[in-house]
Amino acid sequence: MDKSYLAYPNRAYGQDHEFYDWRMAKDRPSLAWENGAKVAICFIIPLEFFPLNPSGTPFKHPGAMVTPYPDLRHFTVRDYGNRIGVYRILDTLKAANISATFAVNGEIAKRYPPLLNFIRNAGHEVAAHGLSTDAIHHEALTPTDENSLIENTLYCFDTKPDGWMSPARNQSSRTIDLLTDHEMHYCLDWEADSVPVATKGGLTLIPNSYELSDFTLLHMRKQGEEAWLKQMKSSIDLLIEEHSRFGSQMLGLTLTPYVIGQPFRIWALRELLSHINVTEGVEAFTAGEIDKKFRSQK
Amino acid sequence: MKADPNLYDYWPYAGRPKIEWPGGKKLAFWIAPNIEFYEFMPPSNPQRSPWPNAIPNVQQYSQRDFGNRVGHLRLMELLDRHNLRGSVSLNVALCDHHPEIIEDCVKRDWEFFSHGIYNTRYSYGLSPEQEQAVLDDSIKTVEKASGQRIRGYLAPALTHTEDTLDLIAENDFWYSCDLFQDDQPQPLKTKTGKLVSMPYSLEVNDVITYSVNGWDPDRYTDILKRHFDQLLLEGEKSGTVMCIPLHAYLVSQPNRLKVFEEALKHICSHQDDVWFATGKEIAEYFRNNYWDQSLADIKARGVVSGGTGFNHG
Repeated sequence: MDKSYLAYPNRAYGQDHEFYDWRMAKDRPSLAWENGAKVAICFIIPLEFFPLNPSGTPFKHPGAMVTPYPDLRHFTVRDYGNRIGVYRILDTLKAANISATFAVNGEIAKRYPPLLNFIRNAGHEVAAHGLSTDAIHHEALTPTDENSLIENTLYCFDTKPDGWMSPARNQSSRTIDLLTDHEMHYCLDWEADSVPVATKGGLTLIPNSYELSDFTLLHMRKQGEEAWLKQMKSSIDLLIEEHSRFGSQMLGLTLTPYVIGQPFRIWALRELLSHINVTEGVEAFTAGEIDKKFRSQK
Repeated sequence: MKADPNLYDYWPYAGRPKIEWPGGKKLAFWIAPNIEFYEFMPPSNPQRSPWPNAIPNVQQYSQRDFGNRVGHLRLMELLDRHNLRGSVSLNVALCDHHPEIIEDCVKRDWEFFSHGIYNTRYSYGLSPEQEQAVLDDSIKTVEKASGQRIRGYLAPALTHTEDTLDLIAENDFWYSCDLFQDDQPQPLKTKTGKLVSMPYSLEVNDVITYSVNGWDPDRYTDILKRHFDQLLLEGEKSGTVMCIPLHAYLVSQPNRLKVFEEALKHICSHQDDVWFATGKEIAEYFRNNYWDQSLADIKARGVVSGGTGFNHG
């Protein structure tokens, strides 16, 4: 190996990047959510267009096409989420009177305006989720090209969203600065803490859990709905228990329309929402609401 | 290569006009035993090898053969007990290899639809003329073996070309099981014909639950019941469709069949609300009664795109 391989130019106290400072949970000021909530839940619902001919650059997006072209099987199973599954989730949220954040990619916004209108009219929030699942932000993009990806995404929405989630939650080392330049308020890619983290440029990083996502547990790890539900409830229990030490924390939970929106799975979401509604100290907020409460307490 | 197959238009689930199945039923239920022949020494398709690891593949081949020698009859007798007729997803070469199985289906008045010639011959790379030959072969072979004119198609091993759906529509097929975007039928955008996208419920297909997801029999029965309960509930607003796609080499294994029967008992206990039908019967009813209504509603949503499948107009 070249000798540079054993050189460590960023080896110093704290983070090895400039976006935010190092701080342990025990050292942070206690946050207060509304209604005395000890735990805030933020439901994040990705609405994704998966092209039939993905380039797969620099990697294949989770959920992208699998078999040789034309992979009608995976294209239509994903599209099921945008046609059927999402409405099943919307019905369930409505019955529980809970608002959520829908991370919508530009292609979906362009193609399916009735879906966007339905979401907004039901009182939910829309965040931008990149251009499509085949427009991944990564280090090899030039800053100009990455900036165009963001511009072209925002151009697909008639009302500019305040929030951003990158396709596959992948970023380049420039993405945060570009999002800040575009005056985005919050970002759903990072999950470095169990409370929001402010970047030095003023972007709020709202934690979004990979390990608790329905896509991870039910789809990738193929666990059952009972196991998913139990893990959601025990996560809430743990954060309630920690409240006296660490103050109010939050859980960012992904609900994927083509996963939890399946007919045989939706019961588990119904149960989770009613658990949240009957459990004292737990409140569900949108990412935008969390961002505002967080900013007002900084 | 196209980003969007453009085979159907966006149709949001909320607010669709009501579908009522015959007798005011809320859910159309059909069951699709796949009766397949996998070749011992198939030729390789450049885009996909017919067997994992190597050709031949004795374990996999012989497990499929178990399905044909043992499994189908077990499943047929189970469906007999519950008064259910199958809609057979058929690799039509099976008519030549194992006509006894076809006779068992004909005796029971089961429906056949084509699932290609062999499950080891894929559609990738076929010219339109070659795909037409597969359809001609399918129609003639099943007609000769059973007297039935097939009306449904599920491409072999779910492999397609850009022409597949146009070709089956042109050949007066009534329904395709190839698309999984919905729990209700929908008109497809083919150049000619009147082709219905028939819900084939891939997520509760035993290949997905057993072979892909590795779930146990109790979980399979549990999800079938829940899937049914949810679609029955929604069928109150507008009729839904549930299919159970099955493979005897999986579901008829001795560790699975009895547990599977519990799901059938549950479904069959809802005789008042459920239309027990075949794929063709559902497609025909939809074509005759709900084709125009569905197209009008899709159009009214304001997001129809022009053209037909793979042609964006």
